[in-house]
Amino acid sequence: MRETDAIAEARREMEICNACRYCEGFCAVFPAMELHREFAAGDLGYLANLCHNCRGCYYACQYAPPHEWGINLPRTFAEVRAESYEHYAWPPRFAQAFQRNGLVVALATALGFALVLGLGLLFTAPGALSTARPVLPGAFYAVIPLWIMQVVALATAGFTLYALARGFRNYWAEAGIPGVGPRAIARALHDIFTLRNLGGAGHGCNDGSERFSMTRRYLHHAMFYGFLLCFVATTAGFIDHSFLGLAAPYPFFSLPVLAGTLGGIGLLIGTVGLFAMKLIDDPMPAARRMLAPDIALLVLLALIAGTGLELLLLRATNMMGLLLCVHLGFVLALFVILPYSKMVHGLYRAGALLRAAIERDLPRAAGGE
Amino acid sequence: MLDLDKAWDVVVLGGGNAALCAAITARQSGAQSVLVVESAPRAFRGGNSRHTRNLRAMHDKPTGVLTEQYLEDEYWDDLLRVTAGNTDEALARMTIRASAGVFGFMQECGVRFQPSLTGTLNLSRTNAFFLGGGKALVNAYYVTAEKLGITVLYDSEALELHMQDGSVRSVDITYRGFPRTITARAVVAASGGFQANLDWMRQHWGDAVDNFVIRGTPYNRGRVLKNLLDQGVAAIGDPTQCHAVALDARAPKFDGGITTRLDSVPFSIVVNRNGDRFYDEGEDVWPKRYAIWGRLIAQQPDQIAYSICDARAFQYFMPSVYPAYRADTLGELATMMKLDPAKVAATVAAFNAAAGHGNFDNSRLDGCHTEGLTPPKTNWARAIETGPFYGYPLRPGITFTYLGVRVNERAQVLMEDGRPAGNLFASGEIMAGNILGKGYLAGFGMTIGTVFGRLAGEGAARHARN
Repeated sequence: MRETDAIAEARREMEICNACRYCEGFCAVFPAMELHREFAAGDLGYLANLCHNCRGCYYACQYAPPHEWGINLPRTFAEVRAESYEHYAWPPRFAQAFQRNGLVVALATALGFALVLGLGLLFTAPGALSTARPVLPGAFYAVIPLWIMQVVALATAGFTLYALARGFRNYWAEAGIPGVGPRAIARALHDIFTLRNLGGAGHGCNDGSERFSMTRRYLHHAMFYGFLLCFVATTAGFIDHSFLGLAAPYPFFSLPVLAGTLGGIGLLIGTVGLFAMKLIDDPMPAARRMLAPDIALLVLLALIAGTGLELLLLRATNMMGLLLCVHLGFVLALFVILPYSKMVHGLYRAGALLRAAIERDLPRAAGGE
Repeated sequence: MLDLDKAWDVVVLGGGNAALCAAITARQSGAQSVLVVESAPRAFRGGNSRHTRNLRAMHDKPTGVLTEQYLEDEYWDDLLRVTAGNTDEALARMTIRASAGVFGFMQECGVRFQPSLTGTLNLSRTNAFFLGGGKALVNAYYVTAEKLGITVLYDSEALELHMQDGSVRSVDITYRGFPRTITARAVVAASGGFQANLDWMRQHWGDAVDNFVIRGTPYNRGRVLKNLLDQGVAAIGDPTQCHAVALDARAPKFDGGITTRLDSVPFSIVVNRNGDRFYDEGEDVWPKRYAIWGRLIAQQPDQIAYSICDARAFQYFMPSVYPAYRADTLGELATMMKLDPAKVAATVAAFNAAAGHGNFDNSRLDGCHTEGLTPPKTNWARAIETGPFYGYPLRPGITFTYLGVRVNERAQVLMEDGRPAGNLFASGEIMAGNILGKGYLAGFGMTIGTVFGRLAGEGAARHARN
């Protein structure tokens, strides 16, 4: 990480927090902080990515604004996280996509939508998009040829995975530590799948006020597990087709459709709910520059989930062709923009949790009143 | 619509832990209308409670975050020791016993606990730590108060209580800058001490107060306390005394809270403005000495002192919020702190020549002492010789004052003739001097505030209903 104003501010705040430590019980950030007396920029990037933005520390802080020390870790860390996404992005020339990220993600969404719909119109027989077809194997490919789907999916997914891997490597080189082992990985996975650190030690987050609530954690679970199920559905479809010779669309009681339906519903509930929470959130502990990227991604995910569910409902009607193009357009947009969107927070958060899991066994400095 | 002109069942003056415990308990005990008058703005509500972090509680077996056991007699012995007898045994023992029963109430109000913080293992047996600290506790109480329909006025200070025949008839307040008169069937005074009232402090300490740091809220101006004492309410506690600790001299004048403390003294030497040592820095472990050092520094010229240690000692104390002065030589360090380099060098040389008798061990009273030095250093006396060298400036930091109103075991305020006031109760720092007349026991202020807040709220509600 570079020495920026946000890094300097994070360091100033961490040095005050490290002399206070009242928030030690809230989450993993504070025990991780206590291992330091001085904070290198890379360590601050790590701590910022370890922060789950539950806001417990902000409302509990005796030094929060308008106190002259103005401690506001959720906001400061969100700024540092945003800078870290840009700093570690690969290839570096694409990093500036994080500078006006809300706009970039929104444009990608629009372009993906327009591109697939346009190509669908161009390359299919006139009227093919608005023809009702029986839900029989191969019906989707009458709209978009299979080979195009496969080539585009593999190419975008391949690039995305590679870009994410390179980004993670950049991050780990600066913010990681040696000692990755099965124990640490198991701990990190547990923290990822339970969102333990979004729990305020079991009492939830401060969603918009001093009151504690589990709403955010549960909505994120709905979104995260919904997304995973959609991923399972896509993978199952790919396997069904490529190795078992079964062509989509699949019957309702099949793994791809069941997982996709459940996942789609979860994703829709999670994204719409989190979007609604943004509208009523306390703006003080939030970073303004993350608002647009957050909303753009939530909207894109909600569009994918919504159009996917619509496609399932209406796949026997003459809307199928159109909906398939629209749905795949949004999916394409997500895969292309993924390494340059808020989605990367999951990657760096996972890395931070891994480091915290390794550090949990390190001896702690003594001292104190 | 807020109707301030109605006759309230219970009015609570103050907005910290003791006030909120009283207001919530009063409401739960049947008071229909409860008003809290908090002088701070909402963001700074909670008095000194917002800077606290734990509560000392009696318990006969491990419970929640408290380990082992802590029984009444041990608790009482601890209190007797720190107060050197400046306490009231009946009230103290009543408070200690009641401390075992406050957790149900606190948890119902949404107060959460956490294991004792790093570096405070010595307190894990006796003190329950609030998750997130005192402000989180205060927030939980305000959320509860709101749910119960208690009215809270911020930016509103009680100015004068109108007493007649030992009862409060009405209270003049400013409500967001405008004068109002409130009538109430019962009143709870929970508005803290007067340590933030520098003019009052100056009467006892002279211009030295200009060099004092007030650790807590700037809103504890003692207005209610003074007003009551002027109207025949019985006083308790030495008016000239306050709890003072050693703090980083760069701390803000008010509201710096706990982080401005410095734990460096036992592993340093401490010199005054003239470069002279003045007290045994290694007399005991720091938790037992930090309060003594506030007073010691207050007696030095310009009320300032400087803690000096070397690179070997730097690792043994908690990081401080202000960075240490750091230099490769002692001379440079002295110059940075505007001390006479030659004098500091001579003081350190004399110390080094006398130090090192015994084996250094930071984790206990190691007996590593000086010989032939005045004043001596009796533990952790290792030569200061390995650069870089570190220094911190120290000032007295005032935690609270001891002067208060006298109360009985039902939190009723007593008049000078010994009779209880008709409808006036007190809780928190304003009456803590009844029990804690000297010294301090970590987390005991919150215990007194909670126990007496509950008693005061209960008594006030009972009085209002009758």
